[in-house]
Amino acid sequence: MAVDAATVKKIGRLARIRIEEDEVAKYQDELNVILGFVEQLNEVNVDGVEPMTSVTPMRLRRRDDVVTDGGYPEKIVANAPLSEDNFFMVPKVVE
Amino acid sequence: MTELTKLSLAAARKGLKAKEFTSAELTTDYLAAIERANPKLNAYVAVTAEQAQAAATVSDQKLAAGQGGPLEGIPLGIKDLFGTKGVHTQAASHILDGFKPEYESTVTSNLFRDGAIMLGKLNMDEFAMGSSNETSYYGPVINPWRAQNSNANLVPGGSSGGSAAAVSAWLCAGATATDTGGSIRQPAALTGTVGLKPTYGRCSRWGIVAFASSLDQAGPIARTVEDAAILMTSMAGFDPKDSTSVDVAVPDFTAAVERGVKGLTIGVPREYRMDGMPDEIEKLWQQGLDWLKAEGATVKDISLPHTKYALPAYYIVAPAEASSNLARYDGVKYGLRISGRDITDMYELTRAAGFGREVKRRVMIGTYVLSAGYFDAYYVKAQRVRTLIKRDFEQAFNAGVDAILTPATPSAAFGVGDEDMKADPVKMYLNDVFTVTVNMAGLPGIAVPAGKDSVGLPLGLQLIGKPFDEETLFAAAHVIERSAGIDFSPKPWW
Repeated sequence: MAVDAATVKKIGRLARIRIEEDEVAKYQDELNVILGFVEQLNEVNVDGVEPMTSVTPMRLRRRDDVVTDGGYPEKIVANAPLSEDNFFMVPKVVE
Repeated sequence: MTELTKLSLAAARKGLKAKEFTSAELTTDYLAAIERANPKLNAYVAVTAEQAQAAATVSDQKLAAGQGGPLEGIPLGIKDLFGTKGVHTQAASHILDGFKPEYESTVTSNLFRDGAIMLGKLNMDEFAMGSSNETSYYGPVINPWRAQNSNANLVPGGSSGGSAAAVSAWLCAGATATDTGGSIRQPAALTGTVGLKPTYGRCSRWGIVAFASSLDQAGPIARTVEDAAILMTSMAGFDPKDSTSVDVAVPDFTAAVERGVKGLTIGVPREYRMDGMPDEIEKLWQQGLDWLKAEGATVKDISLPHTKYALPAYYIVAPAEASSNLARYDGVKYGLRISGRDITDMYELTRAAGFGREVKRRVMIGTYVLSAGYFDAYYVKAQRVRTLIKRDFEQAFNAGVDAILTPATPSAAFGVGDEDMKADPVKMYLNDVFTVTVNMAGLPGIAVPAGKDSVGLPLGLQLIGKPFDEETLFAAAHVIERSAGIDFSPKPWW
């Protein structure tokens, strides 16, 4: 499967990465080289093979549903580019 | 007296305990070596000199009182991927500009608990995506090794290129690194150092910047097998904060180093004999097998039929997980923000400016293979192939193989700015062809320097082990190290 220019732009939007018009062709080439490379997986017969979900044979551990951490909002926002009163500040999203 | 920086970690530890020198002296010497070398090698992206000296003073007090942990007063370099409290942690990316975490990763906490000192943060490929350390926002790391009669700059491999270069050039006694597809073992092989990727779940991933969560593992890069075993003993351990951390006892890995290989069966996978493999790699591989045989191991031909599909499957699984993990870099919580018309505009501009080319390419591949209509054809298919790759190894181990010997890399170190690799991303990816299977199967693997190529550059061999049997890898790697008997010191030019 190869991607066209429109698909490259769509992927950029889904990934929230701005792709400028003059970058589309180069990305298209590179993505198609990689997609061409992974194409060889089609040779493998995977009938009846379970997809791997955990590389080690283990069940995810469970713990009691209690608060184990938190209570330091100032640390959470300490690295934010913009914050106020321990809230992250973003451009207005609701009119 | 020998230069303190040239001591192995084991020898430095002995010297500190015997009070032949102090940690302050050792630390000062390393800091001076970094100051001299870093403008040329670019191995460190941040040096924490004051913090290191303060920690050395504390260690010296403990050592003077006959106390202290197993790494007391030992200066280490830490890959920039590890969260270090209040210290530069940017995964060598522009998008994490200025990020200083409020927490300490579990692996570095373990090292500091045992008395280790941090000299600074080590350069790497951006978000650990690369095999040459050229995708770093901070510029490429230069390999301390050069070909005979050449002044050309070579890459140290990647993504842990800073770790490998710093260890090789005596800019730290040992280093932390991480390995998602070969990022510990490939740079170790290219710099004549020892690198271990432990079994998935052996080291906690908590506090390490995530790339591909089902593949990422932390491990050491060191100058000797024994040094790697010492570091591993401190780094490993169960951590309830990582849901994939495995609750098994951590052995004293150093006790396994001298164990030998008598009675072990070493597998030789025929699929690793790739077309166009250079003769010197082929010869080195055979030499490694001969060394192991001479020490009492049996060699057995095995087949791992799905080997060639590991790399293509990896280039679906790893970018898919990366696209999800890297969604958090949005200009809101930390790092870079580029303002836009609205919030979506801000996200798009921030990520376009903050991520480098290779990272964007992988996030886009990952986004594509996970998108509606393609998920089954790519991601689920790759995870099925992954099951087959793991099964190959299980069958070999069930048939009595204790460890597998392979080349570590398809070639020695290559030039900075290699045109072929720049033009074709897949060429660069092929560097990991021998290492990536191990991540896909969650197994431990070690790269050990074993010889040199025709122009004097180091070449490594890789040993692959059963889950949680790093001890056999240390034992077998040490046999190779001892049998080779080669001095893997680069000739200083920096």
